Amino acid sequence: MPETTSLRGWGRTAPTVATVRRPRTVEDVAAAVAAAGPRGLIARGLGRSYGDPAQNAGGLVLDMTDLAAVHSIDPDTGIADVDAGVSLDTLMRAALPHGLWVPVLPGTRQVTIGGAIGADVHGKNHHTKGSFGNHVRSMRLVTADGAVRELTPDGPESELFWATVGGMGLTGVVVRATVQLHRTESAYFVVDTDRTADLDELMALLTDGSDDTYGYSAAWFDTTTTGAALGRAVLTRGSLATVDQLPAKLRGEPLKFDAPQLLTVPDVFPNGLANRYTLRAFSELWYRKAPKHQRGSVQNISTFYQVLDLFGDWNRVYGSRGFLQYQFVVPFGEEPTFRRVVEKIAHSPHASGLNVLKRFGEGNAAPLSFPVPGWTITVDFPVVRGLDRFCNELDELVLGAGGRLYLAKESRADAETFRRGYPRFDEWRKVRDAVDPNRVFASDMSRRLELA
Amino acid sequence: MIDALGNPQSVLLLGGTSEIGLAVVEAFATDRPVRVVLAGRPSERLDAAKSRLEERGCAVETIEFDATAPDTHGDVLRKAWAGGDVDVAVVAFGLLGDNEKAWTDSATAVQLAQVNYTAAVSVGVELGERMKEQGYGSIVALSSVAGERARRSNFVYGSTKAGLDAFYTGLTEALRPHGVVVTIVRPGFVHTKMTEGHKPAPLSTTPEAVAQIVVDAVRNRKELVWAPAPLRLVMSVLRHIPRPVFRRLPI
Repeated sequence: MPETTSLRGWGRTAPTVATVRRPRTVEDVAAAVAAAGPRGLIARGLGRSYGDPAQNAGGLVLDMTDLAAVHSIDPDTGIADVDAGVSLDTLMRAALPHGLWVPVLPGTRQVTIGGAIGADVHGKNHHTKGSFGNHVRSMRLVTADGAVRELTPDGPESELFWATVGGMGLTGVVVRATVQLHRTESAYFVVDTDRTADLDELMALLTDGSDDTYGYSAAWFDTTTTGAALGRAVLTRGSLATVDQLPAKLRGEPLKFDAPQLLTVPDVFPNGLANRYTLRAFSELWYRKAPKHQRGSVQNISTFYQVLDLFGDWNRVYGSRGFLQYQFVVPFGEEPTFRRVVEKIAHSPHASGLNVLKRFGEGNAAPLSFPVPGWTITVDFPVVRGLDRFCNELDELVLGAGGRLYLAKESRADAETFRRGYPRFDEWRKVRDAVDPNRVFASDMSRRLELA
Repeated sequence: MIDALGNPQSVLLLGGTSEIGLAVVEAFATDRPVRVVLAGRPSERLDAAKSRLEERGCAVETIEFDATAPDTHGDVLRKAWAGGDVDVAVVAFGLLGDNEKAWTDSATAVQLAQVNYTAAVSVGVELGERMKEQGYGSIVALSSVAGERARRSNFVYGSTKAGLDAFYTGLTEALRPHGVVVTIVRPGFVHTKMTEGHKPAPLSTTPEAVAQIVVDAVRNRKELVWAPAPLRLVMSVLRHIPRPVFRRLPI
């Protein structure tokens, strides 16, 4: 019996009700596509998108997490053949014993392969390795006509392949993919940390050429300080360690992956606990605890990269009203705008604790892929009155500088804002018109942003 | 769709010339234009309301709606939905009437009951059906503090609002599992055309102030609000005053 369930994104905002089915086979998926009602269907993975792309009010949602077999990992070629519902965490744990590493990891490993493709996720290594779609060698897509298509990045249906990368699930349901993994000698990083006094110092460090010598690079920055300390930051950069670089006690098991979930956050936090005062205190602490200048520290992925994966359901800290992630990129050359946005946030009553700043490398061929060469920032604001207007003002700055918003984080923009940021939208829509003329695939996001 | 911050993209106003209703639509359209459907009897006032909202950048459509013809309500709402999902529906039509006439003339009393209660129930049922299908949405019902305890001076109106209030209270629970939020608004005395010539009660308010309360309630998915907020306390006291005392109160 299919169940009706209230679904929302990781930001815990805007719930809507849909019928949820859990397909176990590709045939189940095809049957669901054939039986989709007037409000269509959308695939959902682990629900880590912050807004509404994986919910479909009044329609059908396919929970893909039961379609989760790791079919094979070829130690010679480094190719992994996996179902779409496999999480990056599972893939990573399966790949490491072969000395293989998942090429792109976002801030959490709790995302599925299907979601990683649909949002074309990126990680701290975007400037060296690009986004997830760059590493997909092939995928199987169940399209609106019920067919199962085999797509490759440069094969006969390459257009559909690239429309699916970053396509937020609106071209079909990805059921299986092969991903090119990378070799690694260890599951550890050698990390350099620099604490900068302000934003200018941070951006200077990121543009002096040193960034390219690190596989991974991203900074946390403070949105609660103004004046001389505006955008003070902690920049952590590193690369996967070779066995030689590891201390003796880790050399025995260099590929051991030890990242437990420490605790699950209980659902007891009141609204307003995360406010400008507590976030200011948090930011002060976070800045002060970082070493000023540290070289060659060996860290595992949880310490270096995915701190939040240590805490289950950490989004509950923001209370029932939830929170809003805002991630944008502005192209190189727009540094003054970039600085103005940081200033605007710092001077606003809206505080954010978990802020990430990163320099993106080259984008890929996908028309709706988010990363373009430039500067990206992620902030998360507790939901309070006036946040909508503030975000609209940020939009103006970002779009005016030729920037765009990230759909995996997006939850409150309108169609016009989205389209201004994605000039290749029409190209994508043409592919969608051809493959899904009757709009079988639909989500709350596709309705809100008119991704039709 | 309703976005993460509770802002709708489309609003249906049943009672397209209601001053409070229009103030609510305008408040929703403050920062970003919304798609608006005004359902009301064709009139100059309806056209004026349309152009005023269009000046704000809203796309506005008017459809004919007669509260006293419940058998047409299904059709009205089908038309309202023709342009796409309705995020917020405001049930704002209503008559105040002359209480002295209403309680002594059955035709007048029945008309008040039909418009304020029967029609509100009829559109409530239809709205519920459509919003259930779309799996989300917000219904705002304009009730009144007059429905919380009948007063000698306007009990016919009060009784119709009491009925509306009870119906939408139950509808709130019935629609909850379907992702639909019902918000009941209980304003006190609001300065509008409808109340012109009536003596303002204490804590009187304006359509704009009521609208702001409605918008905040919808954003925060609140199910019951008073306008202004202190009326909640006032009414909770008034409800429990013994009749011999209550009838002597100058209200």
